[in-house]
Amino acid sequence: MPVYFTKEHEWIRVEGDTATVGISSHAQEQLGDVVFAEVPEAGRKVTKGQEAAVVESVKAASDVYAPVSGEVVEGNQALADDPSLVNSDPEGQGWFFKIKLDNPGELDGLMEEGAYRDWVQTL
Amino acid sequence: MSREVHNGPTDDTQARGTAFSGDPEGGEGTGTPQLDRLPLDAWHRARGGRMVPFAGYEMPVQYEGIMAEHLWTRENAGLFDVSHMGQLLVHGSDVAGALETLMPGDFRAAADMKPKYSLLLEEDGGIVDDLMATRRGDQFYVVVNGATKHGDIAYMENRLSGAVAIDYMKEQALLALQGPKAAEVLETIVPGVSALTFMQGGPFQWQGQNLWISRSGYTGEDGFEISVPATAAAGLADAIVAHELAKPIGLGARDSLRLEAGLPLYGHDLDTRTTPVMADLNFAINKRRRAEGGFPGAMRILAELQNGPIEKRVGFEVDGRQPVREGALVLDGEGNQVGKITSGGFSPSLQRPIAMGYVATHLAEAGTALKLEQRGKLFDARVVPMPFVPHRYHRKGAA
Repeated sequence: MPVYFTKEHEWIRVEGDTATVGISSHAQEQLGDVVFAEVPEAGRKVTKGQEAAVVESVKAASDVYAPVSGEVVEGNQALADDPSLVNSDPEGQGWFFKIKLDNPGELDGLMEEGAYRDWVQTL
Repeated sequence: MSREVHNGPTDDTQARGTAFSGDPEGGEGTGTPQLDRLPLDAWHRARGGRMVPFAGYEMPVQYEGIMAEHLWTRENAGLFDVSHMGQLLVHGSDVAGALETLMPGDFRAAADMKPKYSLLLEEDGGIVDDLMATRRGDQFYVVVNGATKHGDIAYMENRLSGAVAIDYMKEQALLALQGPKAAEVLETIVPGVSALTFMQGGPFQWQGQNLWISRSGYTGEDGFEISVPATAAAGLADAIVAHELAKPIGLGARDSLRLEAGLPLYGHDLDTRTTPVMADLNFAINKRRRAEGGFPGAMRILAELQNGPIEKRVGFEVDGRQPVREGALVLDGEGNQVGKITSGGFSPSLQRPIAMGYVATHLAEAGTALKLEQRGKLFDARVVPMPFVPHRYHRKGAA
């Protein structure tokens, strides 16, 4: 299952025509202790580059952008109930939502995992 | 992911010197700020401190994490580097009388070595800065906020006659050790400090260095503030954190701790548009001074004391889990704006969002239900008394 990253530090793991979206380990480190997460409801249409979820730490509030356009099939209720999952398992249990992709071609502009990990080292 | 909002004193608005910060050196707002280094700069970096711009310095916002550092300070002892603050020595002819022309405190009757909280005021009663002033013999030792210190010095020099001089003690660092174990920790390093009671100070020695220590702080906990020569600060900090009950704590936890303690932060909860009465700091207006006046803005401030201010600083308890931060609007039941949030965040101790702000006085009573609006979203909130977390100062006569 390929994983791609955005320059805004979202990850997207693709399985066929659906994908799971979250924020990277680097992003949660920068945010610090996450105290609130708002995930989108199933059925909501999201647009590539537009806000799809909210994450707040003690110090900062951030929008999570949709890496690609599509329809939300599930928001992670476990995350809304326990936002600290973003810190403890950002690229696993701390996922935000799953979407059905409108256009898999939109994945082309995203970063591959190796390139992303190298890039965050330079930040 | 976007970083939409930074909150509290660790944002860079103060360091950038925007008009909002009250930083007299600023005003450009867009240029890269020239950041100074604290005497303990290398010490913070060696301990993993994440450095951010604040008050013109690079300062540690956190080491292991704000939540853990906050809770550690509530249970043990946290060491804060607050060397960005301005330590001033005011001396000269009738210095107490001179200070009374700037502030509403009773400096003439101020007891030796007892820090007093006071406020520098504009002619219209607006707050220029809040500070601690301690009589030390015939001088006053004054600690002002970091972002405002240069402006404060200029303000004082402009208003005081040449008979009074202000020395900026820039060779001194300032540390704060806060928490219920602070006395136990510091007593092992500076014997005798635990005899101080809340809002009492005194001179001490450590390895041949002169220290000035007061039992005071900005967390609501028992604790000490320690003025130490900058050249000895790293050694003293090392000695403190060598104790298993003490850890270095960053600015992030300093902000969440003071918010829970209901303590206002200058540039956020206090500024030149707020008066001491609006800010609910009436305790800082001395009884004799209320009768005599003679401080800047006295006419307005005394009228507000008598008739009530138009708006007042209060605490808010916010429903749900989402933090409501500085800049959010306070709305009444009909959707009219009746106030503004000036500090807000997630309380690590209470595990819920709390906030501080100003609201029209007729809505300032505890229990009043109001709405807060942030980024187009409404939150249910209630006015509550502050502090949110009880103070645990070591008061004289207490066990």
